[in-house]
Amino acid sequence: MDTLLVIGAIVILALIGFVMGRQRAIARSGGDPRALHSLPNYHGHFVALWAAVPALVLVVLWLPLEPMLAMNAALDYFQANIADPGNMDTIRQSKLALLLSLDQDATTIDLSELRADQYALLQTEIRNMAAGTASAGHAAFMQEVADYYAGYRNISYILMFAAGVGVAGVGAGLAWRRIAPDMRARNRVEWAVTLFMILCSTVAILTTLGIVLSLLFEALRFFSKIPFTEFLFGLHWSPQTAIREDQVGSTGAFGAVPLFAGTLLISFIAMCVAVPIGLLSAIYMAEYAHSKVRAVVKPLLEILAGIPTVVYGFFAALTVAPFFRDVGESIGLSVSSESALAAGMVMGIMIIPFVSSLSDDVITAVPQSMREGSYGLGATKSETVRRVILPAALPGIVGGVLLAVSRAIGETMIVVMAAGLGSNLTANPLEAVTTVTVQIVTLLVGDQEFDSAKTLAAFALGLMLFVMTLCLNIIALHVVRKYREQYD
Amino acid sequence: MNVQTKDSEQDHGYPDTTVGKPILESDIKVAARDVSVFYGEKQAIKSVSLDVAANEVTAFIGPSGCGKSTFLRALNRMNDTIDICRVTGDIRLDGEDVYDRKVDVVQLRARVGMVFQKPNPFPKSIFENVAYGPRIHGLVSHKSELEEIVHSSLERAGLLNEVKDRLDTPGTGLSGGQQQRLCIARAIAVSPEVILMDEPCSALDPIATAKIEELIDELRANYTIVIVTHSMQQAARVSQRTAFFHLGNLVEMGDTETIFTNPEHRLTQGYITGRFG
Amino acid sequence: MTDQTAPPTQTNPAMDRMKASLARRYAAEKRFQSYGIIAIILALSMLVTLFATIIGTGYTAFVQHTVHLDVTLFPQDIDPEGNRDPEVLARADYQSAVNDALYSLFPEATGRSARRDVRALVSSGANFVIRDMVLDNPELVGQRVSVRVPLATEFDQVLKGNIDPAVDLGVIRERSTDIPWTLPPGERLISEGQADYMQQLVRQGEIDASFNRWFFTNGDSRQPELAGIWGAAVGSFFTLLVTLSLSFPIGVAAAVYLEEFAPKNRWTDIIEVNINNLAAVPSIVFGLLGLAVFLQFFGMPRSAPVVGGLVLTLMTLPTIIIASRAALKSVPPSIREAALGVGASKLQCIFHHVLPLAMPGMLTGTIIGMAQALGETAPLLMIGMVAFVVDIPGSPMDPSTVLPVQIYLWSDSPERGFTERTSAAIMCLLGFLIFMNAAAVLLRKRFERKW
Repeated sequence: MDTLLVIGAIVILALIGFVMGRQRAIARSGGDPRALHSLPNYHGHFVALWAAVPALVLVVLWLPLEPMLAMNAALDYFQANIADPGNMDTIRQSKLALLLSLDQDATTIDLSELRADQYALLQTEIRNMAAGTASAGHAAFMQEVADYYAGYRNISYILMFAAGVGVAGVGAGLAWRRIAPDMRARNRVEWAVTLFMILCSTVAILTTLGIVLSLLFEALRFFSKIPFTEFLFGLHWSPQTAIREDQVGSTGAFGAVPLFAGTLLISFIAMCVAVPIGLLSAIYMAEYAHSKVRAVVKPLLEILAGIPTVVYGFFAALTVAPFFRDVGESIGLSVSSESALAAGMVMGIMIIPFVSSLSDDVITAVPQSMREGSYGLGATKSETVRRVILPAALPGIVGGVLLAVSRAIGETMIVVMAAGLGSNLTANPLEAVTTVTVQIVTLLVGDQEFDSAKTLAAFALGLMLFVMTLCLNIIALHVVRKYREQYD
Repeated sequence: MNVQTKDSEQDHGYPDTTVGKPILESDIKVAARDVSVFYGEKQAIKSVSLDVAANEVTAFIGPSGCGKSTFLRALNRMNDTIDICRVTGDIRLDGEDVYDRKVDVVQLRARVGMVFQKPNPFPKSIFENVAYGPRIHGLVSHKSELEEIVHSSLERAGLLNEVKDRLDTPGTGLSGGQQQRLCIARAIAVSPEVILMDEPCSALDPIATAKIEELIDELRANYTIVIVTHSMQQAARVSQRTAFFHLGNLVEMGDTETIFTNPEHRLTQGYITGRFG
Repeated sequence: MTDQTAPPTQTNPAMDRMKASLARRYAAEKRFQSYGIIAIILALSMLVTLFATIIGTGYTAFVQHTVHLDVTLFPQDIDPEGNRDPEVLARADYQSAVNDALYSLFPEATGRSARRDVRALVSSGANFVIRDMVLDNPELVGQRVSVRVPLATEFDQVLKGNIDPAVDLGVIRERSTDIPWTLPPGERLISEGQADYMQQLVRQGEIDASFNRWFFTNGDSRQPELAGIWGAAVGSFFTLLVTLSLSFPIGVAAAVYLEEFAPKNRWTDIIEVNINNLAAVPSIVFGLLGLAVFLQFFGMPRSAPVVGGLVLTLMTLPTIIIASRAALKSVPPSIREAALGVGASKLQCIFHHVLPLAMPGMLTGTIIGMAQALGETAPLLMIGMVAFVVDIPGSPMDPSTVLPVQIYLWSDSPERGFTERTSAAIMCLLGFLIFMNAAAVLLRKRFERKW
């Protein structure tokens, strides 16, 4: 909230700058606005930009940096005053050992020798105590460090406020002095606006870059622990690594094949539901349905696309899975209550409108002359559809189905709520299987250490997911575009 | 009713439109009486009556938007594919009402084939394009029979020599004129009795046009042909009979020579001498 | 020339063959058409089943059974110093007052286990209900207050008929002896004694079903009868606020640049392909990005709506950019030429003429993007918005959850009472979504322009 205060102050300065810049421009023009190169408002904008932009950039850079500096200072303080052997007594030592889960017999604490998780623990403790949200029963000496940290942050906040307001004021002042009738304020303001737009259009690129880099970086760290081939071709997945080295079964297994197989199985079931229903209903809508029917049914089908996936997940777990289990029981089949069939089928329902609207697009894009040519020869509607329209629309439909597959592979909530957690390499749709996305969620939800193979495995899976869907999307978009060009 | 004198026309409610050499009754292939076509509220064809003679080329001419294409499409019920379109009146093919409930539109269109303004080959091979009609209508039982039909149709359309080595290449890869002849071959393959052609040459260059015109003249021996055309020269070149449409009305109809040399109606005269259109 | 003349007989052998195949062809036509109808009916029936299930399980959550208690608030227990300090009032012990009121209803229950059964009847959050009353009106201290407190969830569910006591809980609602106890005593959620007490309350008319206001005003809770969606709704609001205030300006600016200014070259081609691909990247990948970049790299707080908003901004940007570009494309070039012709700069032309005309389309796209963001769950799980948060968040920096995540959390809870609440929360979420989409449709209809 304090940051908002700084930003608010800068914005107010910018507003004052706008008014003053405008007035100065009018004054310098000698009362005749036509003498100005740009309208007075542009001069106002010019001053306001100089007030706000540099100051805001400063604040934004400061924000992530400041807590880091404060934490470093606090840790130095901790090393010098708290962990100093001269000040160490047995009580403090045991409390610290408890806090940082050290070995009980350590006599001195050297921060540079702490494990990463202990280091993170210490930092979290300091941060929480400074914010007053730490659990009760903390040690007084830790409060000392926390107070130091809070004090440091307070000072740096005041500094930031002063610097932000100062830069804004100086910027506004300099710009204000430059106002003259022949200054091209409009061009400068427009240049700034254009620059802003260019920056905005690169956000998408930066996002992709961010995705690729963060996934790649974490995945590479994972592959330094687990060989890539074991991950890609291993048949056993059980990511339970031990918390302490001496625990039994400390090495988890990271063979992702069961996850890929599960993902494909569920996606396949989903496609078996979505493609026939979506395609046939699209054909009926495009070729047969009366326009009044279409006006009602189409939006209804599109509701299916607007329902959040978490709702589908709940539906699958509450209704569909028990239904399949009961049906299976009644005919003597054992169906898992987290069967791939239930998850896949509900996912299929979700994808129906996706398939049908994409198919509808490509079917209506087939030129009317094709239909007339066929009708003119005495073909019935279904013959025209099956022998002329569908073959002509096939590339587009394939592209749409590929996009739908990519969506099914990346779908998360339905499988998290309705598919299994345990890895199971099977092609039987009545059994529970797990998927890539389910594993990402289970690995990352809840408390986690960032460096363990378990956490990093999620990023490796994420990378696989990203690569798979990206390939599908690129192929699909390419196919669809080629198809469009054919009839444009 | 062989001789359509003015009196008999009046008796039968005929509009005063027919000039020149009359059609023998036994030669009438298609007879339209009081045909009106509506698009929603708009009346595109206003009570048109005319006869089409067998084994002749009948040309429909007239300025754009005069309804000649609409009327043509009414003859094989292509207008059925347009939801808001409604046809009233009486159209008979060999004396059989084509708008009768009992008449099967699929069968009708097999008897009355159609060639469109823009060549519209299906995105399939040349062979498949021609084989499409015989296949859907179940006209053949053996592959050899089908091949024979395809070959003879292509030959009659004058295309066989140009494409016989590449029957399995896409029909869309042909030139515009070849595509149009392919569409004609496609229509012929179901052995129709009447072929409707909706400005078949409007998208083609003069050389391709000449070939198609030549083809039309040859096809006349076996088929009844109705052609809508924009070009009066074309009508004069290929047709035996011409009907002139204006604003949804049939202004006059008669043998081509009479229409072009001695039209009765002022509008026809104006159009063919190029004063409007 | 009319019907008198018989039509010349057909001697065409092809025609005969054709006639023979007609019946088969029309059967195929009928079949094909019915496939389409079946497909549509299947899809629609799935939609109906889904809604029926959700509404069928969820509507009971809007009603809560309460028990009427006369609670005496002794000043010496609640506010010994008598200065009505809110701090003291907030921390006072109201549980004993609730217990006393309960015991007075059942004077015959004197033993320890009997009293435990009596206490189990009302929600363990009953004391908070009274606390909030007292905080609102400190004058109540020292008075005998008539208050309705929520019944504990098991009893609430039994009364609503969501749990069949005979089968599920081993309790007989109407005490006839022929219904067997299916569960051994240790596993029963409701003991025989508790069932008796409940019966007694029902007979005395002390139990009422009333509108469940707690569901709309409370945050999350471990007790189903106290759990509400307000905390999650506020979290969703903050998250969407951050998303909207970032994605709309950035999306529109990017669209304007790409559509109006950008030269047609390799670089803009890459941006375009990239945006299209980004629109199809699974949402969970955005969650991984948020985890790695915003939380780990920039050290932003976990579970905060501001981070959720950032992640959803990146996710909705492609949608908004694509919709905005389409809106800009639909503005005819003649408008631009007219503005440029009178000497406006390119930027003036766009800001004064093109943008206002394209705005409805852009807003429609933005609303659709926001609706997507409102329903999104997976990426928010990655950045820790699954925390159990009881408090109503006060700012975008406070830990909080959002509606879809709340639905996920409740659907995962084993208590029966959460099932109906999950469905009810879904109904609320769908209500918001339908409202947003209807707004988008109306906007499109209202401002649709044919050039």
